[in-house]
Amino acid sequence: MTAAVRLTELDKWFGEFQVLKKVSIEVSPGEKLVICGPSGSGKSTVVRCIANLEPYEGGALDVLGGEPGAAGRGEVGMVFQQFNLFPHLTVLDNLTLGPIRALGLSRREAEDKAHALLERVKIPDQAAKKPGQLSGGQQQRVAIARALCMEPKVMLFDEPTSALDPEMIAEVLDVMEELAAEGMTMICVTHEMGFAKRVADRIAFMDAGELIEVGTPEQVFTAPKSSRFADFLDKILSH
Amino acid sequence: MKRLFPFAALLLLVGCDSQPGTWGWYVIDPTTKAGWTNVQFLMRGFTSTIQVSMLAAVASIMIGLFVALPSLSPSRWVRLPNRIYVEFVRSIPLLPMLFWVFYGLPVVLKSVGINLNIDPFWGAVITLAISDSAFTAEIFRSGIQSVPHGQSEASQTIGLTKSQAMRYVILPQAVRRILPPLANQFIYIVKMSAFASVIGMQELTRRANELVVTEYRPLEIYSLLILEYLVLVLIISAAVRWLERRMGANER
Repeated sequence: MTAAVRLTELDKWFGEFQVLKKVSIEVSPGEKLVICGPSGSGKSTVVRCIANLEPYEGGALDVLGGEPGAAGRGEVGMVFQQFNLFPHLTVLDNLTLGPIRALGLSRREAEDKAHALLERVKIPDQAAKKPGQLSGGQQQRVAIARALCMEPKVMLFDEPTSALDPEMIAEVLDVMEELAAEGMTMICVTHEMGFAKRVADRIAFMDAGELIEVGTPEQVFTAPKSSRFADFLDKILSH
Repeated sequence: MKRLFPFAALLLLVGCDSQPGTWGWYVIDPTTKAGWTNVQFLMRGFTSTIQVSMLAAVASIMIGLFVALPSLSPSRWVRLPNRIYVEFVRSIPLLPMLFWVFYGLPVVLKSVGINLNIDPFWGAVITLAISDSAFTAEIFRSGIQSVPHGQSEASQTIGLTKSQAMRYVILPQAVRRILPPLANQFIYIVKMSAFASVIGMQELTRRANELVVTEYRPLEIYSLLILEYLVLVLIISAAVRWLERRMGANER
């Protein structure tokens, strides 16, 4: 089976500063990869490169069998830390904009699909509201539904719960876990280690632009190979 | 009320100066036949002032948006025409530009084989639209740049093209933000349309000037003229506030 996403010795610079240093990893279709690491480690940058939001300078990046930009419209779904919902549109219009304009669906088809997805993320009765009227957790679930409307083959999550109040984290993680159970290919940057333990097939640890270690949750949580990963886990698990 | 008092006193004093002891309100007294005729003559200027201002404002917004778009490019060479247009046009004072368009532009057009006679009305519309478009372009640029970058990124990840993102996501948000400065520019156009009087357009100011020449009551006639502009601008302000409330409802 060919990889859904394959990074081969990926290099990236921000000016003089190298943010990614020969990062190589493969994600198979249906696999759930969690990427963690301290801030500034380059984990968000990896996800942003896969989403074609950032260019890279060296190595190769293969997404769904081609260059990142060559994937079909909306085939690589992305969920942002800051939600990035469209504040001037209703929840329903946030969801239907892509299917109507990029996939050419009729308004009716798009709205049926949007309502079904709002049901799935457990906010069926908020369709007519503007994003600003929803709680953070609800907004992030709308953002997930908006990406799912495009029927993506890969879903990327860039710290989806980091901007949320603690009591809203669970409702977003629940939706993500259900998505994982349905077999979606997911690459998820997060510090939620409980979620990682339950959902991830593999956990990758990055530090200072390098991919330090990759392993199954059992491996890394019981016996991380590198001391940097052990320190990191120590810090975030013991607080 | 206390603050209005010195102002009223000043007006009285000025009135004393032009004709000892009295104002000459009779020239624009609507209860007399002659006064009513004069008032009607002045008020008929509203039509062309409003027409010129509306046409110029619409044209200015379209030119402004068109000029602003290249300014968003990361390439310096694409941005250059925008910079040149903005710097050049906004450095030209309105009156010289009006003269150039009215007297000069037909000559230029004729030399390239276009026989077009520019009347005072269209001369004013063209001048106001071009002159204002440089400012509108800068307003659009700042408005578009004020929309967070995450909005374009989210648009990209749901498969929108750059122009679709601009049209459905960025511009609608930018326009809400720039409504107040755009309203300012519209008020500016209305007031600057008074300059069209010097090339002979029959708008509010021109009519006031003509009446002053025959009646010789500048104080009263120009006072009414100022009130006419005040009414126009207040109506625009109210309209913009209504629009802002409507567009901004439930946004955040």
